[in-house]
Amino acid sequence: MGVSEPAPGAGAVICGRGLVVRRGGHVVLDDLTFDITAGTVTGLLGPSGCGKTTLMRVLVGVQEITGGTVTVLGFPAGHPRLRARLGYATQNPAVYTDLTLDENLSYFGTILGLRGRRLAEASAGTIDRLDLGGLGKRLVGTFSGGQLARVGLAVALLGRPDLLILDEPTVGLDPVLRRDLWSLFHRLADDGCSLLVSSHVMDEAARCDHLLFMREGRFLAEAAPDEILRRTGAPDLEAAFLSLAAPAAMTGPDEPDALADQGVRR
Amino acid sequence: MNGETAFSPVLAAATARRVLTQLRHDPRTIAMMVAVPTVMMTLLRYVLSNRLVLDRIGPVYIGVFPFVIMFMVAAITTQRERAGGTLERLMAMPLGKLDLLAGYGAAFGLMACLQVAVVLVVSLAGLGVTLPGSAAPLAVVAVLDAVLGMACGLFASAFARTEFQAVQFMPAFVLPQALLCGLVVPRDQMTPVLRWLSDVLPLSYAVDAMQRITTSAVWTRAISADVAVIVGFTAAALVGGAFTLRRRTP
Repeated sequence: MGVSEPAPGAGAVICGRGLVVRRGGHVVLDDLTFDITAGTVTGLLGPSGCGKTTLMRVLVGVQEITGGTVTVLGFPAGHPRLRARLGYATQNPAVYTDLTLDENLSYFGTILGLRGRRLAEASAGTIDRLDLGGLGKRLVGTFSGGQLARVGLAVALLGRPDLLILDEPTVGLDPVLRRDLWSLFHRLADDGCSLLVSSHVMDEAARCDHLLFMREGRFLAEAAPDEILRRTGAPDLEAAFLSLAAPAAMTGPDEPDALADQGVRR
Repeated sequence: MNGETAFSPVLAAATARRVLTQLRHDPRTIAMMVAVPTVMMTLLRYVLSNRLVLDRIGPVYIGVFPFVIMFMVAAITTQRERAGGTLERLMAMPLGKLDLLAGYGAAFGLMACLQVAVVLVVSLAGLGVTLPGSAAPLAVVAVLDAVLGMACGLFASAFARTEFQAVQFMPAFVLPQALLCGLVVPRDQMTPVLRWLSDVLPLSYAVDAMQRITTSAVWTRAISADVAVIVGFTAAALVGGAFTLRRRTP
């Protein structure tokens, strides 16, 4: 699966070479080699606990690496110069619930180097993009689940990053909001931003330009959705994932399954 | 460590403003921070009922209460940043560790000044505590004690996995010091082992300084020595805090 097919003329924004992360004697990421193309929405799909979050934490520079190299936007992952160019959102909104939306955006915006009018414009623009209008003066702790998830994304988008790393941004959200967010992700990619979006829900895979299928710290496949369907001959991406995961499933029967959430049994 | 020594006063100020804004949205916490030492002093005044004993012991407590409260507030606030994921977000953003620590220090230091000012005014004007000299040395040492408590709380929070553990650090860290600092039994009457333990704990120097202030009309060299030790412990706790505040975790 080490073969990657970068589009002609488009450079890779992320290059991983032999990436290994070991935690407490357990191999979490097992010799990953991959490229992520600029200006695309890349989906990182796999069951809970397969290493998606650890990989994303490596890319934003908050996870120690055991071996291998990872280059992000031309710098080693975690380089201080990258910190203002990356947007990162986790499933946990990671904002101050005891501050208002405006106060949250103003603090995080200041850290990103935005001041005065630029800060006000960036805040207003993000509030508009994530449909959070009219909520600026309210304490974030009083927001609904869907609003809270969008505040986490708003902070990630605030500095107009070149690369967005979004860890399960749509999990647990209603279908309308999920559709709106996916269309926002593609609009951002059209504007030149590169996105890596993780999910354990297979029906989101089809919305990505490029896919990384992950299981137990390894990639099962690294290709466009059509390519994966053609290669596996499966009717949909869920079946494709299962057929790719089948050999691994024999050795790990107790692993949490991506499809358990959807009530599908093997 | 690339860029970890960078310090931005703008980001430290933004962090201090953010912490103070969080407090502003939580008036009950502010009320408790300001009122609890004053209420304790008032209780002490009536429990003792002896003016001479109050003059000797009262000022010592003015230094101890802010230490205890600031320890707790700082430990829990930092633990909340870790548990809520905001610390990881900040560590992925262009914020220096020093910016964060200095921001916390400035915000809680300001709260400590407010706390000490109220308890001092009430004690001196309302409760009839008298000092041999001016109140300024007492105010300075009390604020330094509060900042020491904050720095120790920041450091201790690194060892707490949950908010519940952070709360329990307060008695675990503070009560032994309160027993050994000379409040209960004078330090020179302790057995050698206890005396040695007392010598390596920061609160002992805070109490020593306060006791010297209650017996001397002027700032003495001995007070300076105690203050130097308090500042040294504060710096060590902040450096320890910076080390335990890791950008990359295993």
